[in-house]
Amino acid sequence: MIQFNQVGKRYDGGREGLSQIDLHVNHAEMVFLTGHSGAGKSTLLKLIALIERATYGQIVVNNKNFSRITRRQIPYVRRNIGIIFQNHKLLNDRSIFDNVALPLVIAGYGHVEIQRRVRAALDKVGLLDKEKRFPIMLSGGEQQRVGIARAVVNKPPLLLADEPTGNLDPQLSAEIMNLFEQFNQVGVTVVIASHDIDLISRMGYRILSLSGGRLVGDQPAQKYADDIAS
Amino acid sequence: MINQHKNMLMTLRRKSANSPRADAVHAPGKRGASASQQRLTVRLHVYWQAHLQALVFSLGRISHNPLSSFMTIAVIAIALAMPSGLHVLLKNFQGVSADWDSAAQISLFLKQESDVGTAKELYDHLMKMAEIDRVTIISKEQALAEFKRLSDFGNALKALDDNPFPTVLLVEPTSQYSAPAAVESLLIRLRNLPDIEVAQLDMEWVERWYALMEIGKRAVVILAILLSLAVLLIIGNTIRLAIQSRRDEIEVQKLIGASDAFIRRPFLYSGFWHGLLGALLAWILVNLSLILLDGPVQRLSVLYDGNLKLQSLNAMASFMLIGAGMVLGYCGARIAVGRHLRDIEPS
Repeated sequence: MIQFNQVGKRYDGGREGLSQIDLHVNHAEMVFLTGHSGAGKSTLLKLIALIERATYGQIVVNNKNFSRITRRQIPYVRRNIGIIFQNHKLLNDRSIFDNVALPLVIAGYGHVEIQRRVRAALDKVGLLDKEKRFPIMLSGGEQQRVGIARAVVNKPPLLLADEPTGNLDPQLSAEIMNLFEQFNQVGVTVVIASHDIDLISRMGYRILSLSGGRLVGDQPAQKYADDIAS
Repeated sequence: MINQHKNMLMTLRRKSANSPRADAVHAPGKRGASASQQRLTVRLHVYWQAHLQALVFSLGRISHNPLSSFMTIAVIAIALAMPSGLHVLLKNFQGVSADWDSAAQISLFLKQESDVGTAKELYDHLMKMAEIDRVTIISKEQALAEFKRLSDFGNALKALDDNPFPTVLLVEPTSQYSAPAAVESLLIRLRNLPDIEVAQLDMEWVERWYALMEIGKRAVVILAILLSLAVLLIIGNTIRLAIQSRRDEIEVQKLIGASDAFIRRPFLYSGFWHGLLGALLAWILVNLSLILLDGPVQRLSVLYDGNLKLQSLNAMASFMLIGAGMVLGYCGARIAVGRHLRDIEPS
């Protein structure tokens, strides 16, 4: 699903965000990305989401070679990637329903299909009864779940999450992680950046460790190892 | 405010009902021309649906900030109303001067020694000319009598032995030959006829009037161009501010795969709405001003014994005003959008 060959990202001014990353993530795999702040977790996710472009090396995601993707093609690539942010990035002047519906509106779905899919996604994250509310009326955990519903409503094969539990207490964090597990179980590839080592090591998935822009550790999954291998 | 927004979105949803997505029509076993045709139809449907959504959505946003939207629209309206109003005034002045065209008249003063016979001969000659519609003879006696009647010098004239007035032929050209240039050439020909002392064209002031009208017309064009530029800038600036205040939203939309066209669309329609509403308001302003002017014009008309009727914007001019508003709105937005949307990228 995700393949990095000797990928590096150098910023203006010479600072190296990522250097010589070799990485392979399988289809339907669930992977955690960890490291201190500034280690390059976000940069790596941004490269996968085409928010930033690699300075060198080759990135292939979902069979698409990113070096051949033009600016105009980026939106269509992003429609196959669900992205979840630490600060939710919801639109505060639109209802929960409209927030979740946005990817479908963008992709040009019809009214009936939008209703059906948005309700399904909201039901999945347990917020069906709050579709008419506005983001500001919801708690942090609920807002994050809206963000997740929006990311999955389009049924993308790949989910990226950047510190999705950053502002949440341990119990809510566990609930959110549980949601990601459920999506992964139906075949979605999930990549989560998190510095919450305790939480992610308890979950037993593959953990990639970054430090100073380099990949310094690749700890294989502790459980479900057989599933991933197959 | 929330309710209003919800209503708007409900409308949007209703509008987009019953339109399956492009790839939802892959009917298995139904390949070939009809299937691809069907796909094309659906794609077109999706395209129009997206445009309709943006059209309604952008209008909703304008109604979201009624005060600031109204102020922008009012400025646009005033900018559009000024050249339109001037144009209408000019049209009205032209309507008035159209009557004066037929009043172009050449006075032929015969030589003092010529008698009634000469005048009669000349009359017959002139009446045969195609350019001339009508000739009136004013004899020496008639001229004297009229002068006595109209002036206070009647008694003074009695002191004269002779009648000092010449015979005058008033020549009225046909309407075809009433334009300044044609009358001028006719005048030169008449001046060269025998027995004519002086040939005088009572049209200099008409020419001056025409010249003034030409200046007026040119001024309307210049004003229209300058104020159209102003409208472009106003709308461009409005859209630029709208883009800046929606920076976060644009970023989010880009992150979840919105194409440039999708993000651009509501802003372009917003420009279109501003232009259209501004033009409609301009139309109302012009007509309102004409209603206010109508009373004084009627009074003036009575004083001049005429029946001046103030003309308002005709269908063609109204259509052009509203069309100009829409085009300027769209173009202003287009310029702003092209420059500023590209700068906003998620980071």
